[in-house]
Amino acid sequence: MSALAARRRHPLATALIVVLGLLVTGVAYAAVMPSTADASTSTASADDIEEGRKLFLANCSTCHGIDAEGRNEAPSLIGVGAASVDFQVGTGRMPLAMSGPQAPEAPVRLSDEQTSQLSAYVASLGAGPAIPSEEAIDPAQGDVSKGAMVFRTNCAMCHNAAGSRGALTRGKFAPPLTDVEPKYIYEAMVTGPQSMPVFPDQTITPDQKRDVIAFLSTINEAPDPGGMSLGRLGPVTEGLVAWVLGLTVLIGFAVWLGAKSS
Amino acid sequence: MSTNEPDHGGSDVAVHDGDLPARFENPGLPEHKHRLTDTDPKAARRAEKQVALLFVLSIVGTLVMIVGYFAVKMDHGLGFLDYLDRLALSNQILGIGMAVSLLGIGVGAVHWAKTLMPDEERIDYRHLQRGTDEERADAVEMLNTGVEESGFARRPLIRNTLIGAMALFPLPGIILFRDTGPLPEKVLTETFWKAGDRLTLDPEGGPIKASDMVLGAVAHVMPEGIEEAEHVLNEKAKAAVLLIRLEEDQLAPESLDGAYGGIVAYSKICTHMGCPVALYEQRTHHLLCPCHQSTFDLTQNCKVIFGPAKRALPQLPITVDDEGYLVAAAPFGEPVGPSYWERS
Repeated sequence: MSALAARRRHPLATALIVVLGLLVTGVAYAAVMPSTADASTSTASADDIEEGRKLFLANCSTCHGIDAEGRNEAPSLIGVGAASVDFQVGTGRMPLAMSGPQAPEAPVRLSDEQTSQLSAYVASLGAGPAIPSEEAIDPAQGDVSKGAMVFRTNCAMCHNAAGSRGALTRGKFAPPLTDVEPKYIYEAMVTGPQSMPVFPDQTITPDQKRDVIAFLSTINEAPDPGGMSLGRLGPVTEGLVAWVLGLTVLIGFAVWLGAKSS
Repeated sequence: MSTNEPDHGGSDVAVHDGDLPARFENPGLPEHKHRLTDTDPKAARRAEKQVALLFVLSIVGTLVMIVGYFAVKMDHGLGFLDYLDRLALSNQILGIGMAVSLLGIGVGAVHWAKTLMPDEERIDYRHLQRGTDEERADAVEMLNTGVEESGFARRPLIRNTLIGAMALFPLPGIILFRDTGPLPEKVLTETFWKAGDRLTLDPEGGPIKASDMVLGAVAHVMPEGIEEAEHVLNEKAKAAVLLIRLEEDQLAPESLDGAYGGIVAYSKICTHMGCPVALYEQRTHHLLCPCHQSTFDLTQNCKVIFGPAKRALPQLPITVDDEGYLVAAAPFGEPVGPSYWERS
């Protein structure tokens, strides 16, 4: 006891107490928070909608409003459909932790069951795109070369020809499409999240959407014939490597050769 | 610069009041220093080995390239992805082999020349460009003799017909070059669009109903029948159009005439350098050009709000036909794409 008391004015004592306090708060918070429940049924029952409404009030209503009609920057959620909620919440983009140029992909905050309850509630507010079926997003059933054609015309200008991402204005960007679940690719196309425009089924048919998914899963698995992928960003990184690495080596040799031989 | 004892050793240099000499003496050439390889046989031996090592390195690189070419089998029986894997390996071996083989020869040769080849200095002083008076007089004399003997000055008939022949000689060139191709005429001013053309989806075709375009939707469109055009790619490069639906009250009054229920069509060809302007931000209604970041605001009739482009994107007026499909109400009102000399 006396040893502890003697050290209480140690410079690190305050830091230690702060760390301990944070740990205790964090553990307590995690224990109190609702734990991930097992996903049971996915059909939207009245219970699900009611649960979803509660989740909405707790997680979303601060920005989107209690009636989901939206305010300021937050858009109205009436008629956005289950697909939109599944995409935004399932990829961790919503609930938004802090405002910024755009909501980036983040650790998922709600469980699968909670996400489907929330989707059911928002879908009940107004008709909108539904979550696609397993068959609609199966890459094995898509036509890769047709998908590539659709992708080049409609997607490549923002997401890059290899789906590796691209810059927009004022800090906004088109995220990389590598390692994105097919379901979320489909949902993004039908709902047009954030800066992305909507590609309705009338202009890109469900079959073409599946072709795009097939194309993306193919280039995901494809190796890079040139060696290093360099992020598959095209001439920018390739030029950077050639100039910085290649020229450094050449200049190194030139300096060695040019050094006085005596 | 303020030292009183310049190291080139001119003791008779007049010293100016500010420590600087009034004029510098020619310091002459610096003493020639011999290389280490000239004075020390061990160093020469070492350099010799280095050069040989570089050449051997080049031999190894060449062999790696040859062996790699045959060792990595590129069977067409492989699956597509396995084939790409092999291709990657083959490319890397060939590239590294060739780089080492060329670099070894190049660096070895330069190193050899710098360290071991003779190192003597020779001085060739510049001489006057001007010939001696005698040579100059000779040249003038020769020219005069030539003029005199050819009769160029005495026989004006020959002189004048020669000048005429030389003047006419280039004329056939103009006649021949004139036929190398037609003038561009309306290629730059007109596109494939004409009034009544249905808007069809790019790349797979198919008309679009106005009701297909939900709020926030974007479609990349081409005029109907463009696949049958004489120069399909040239026509497509000019006729590409972006179709976008936004709230009608967000549109500028001047773009409403060509719009149909909030659906607007604008040329996709940037007015700066002709890149496809197709990056559309749904929330801000900005269109971006990927090449030089020119930004066009859809809510202001595609006015330029950022970047090097100077003119707004031309709007394609649209309406619907009897069956409800979107059609062009008129061709573009101005030439699409970047500026050119004759553009009025």
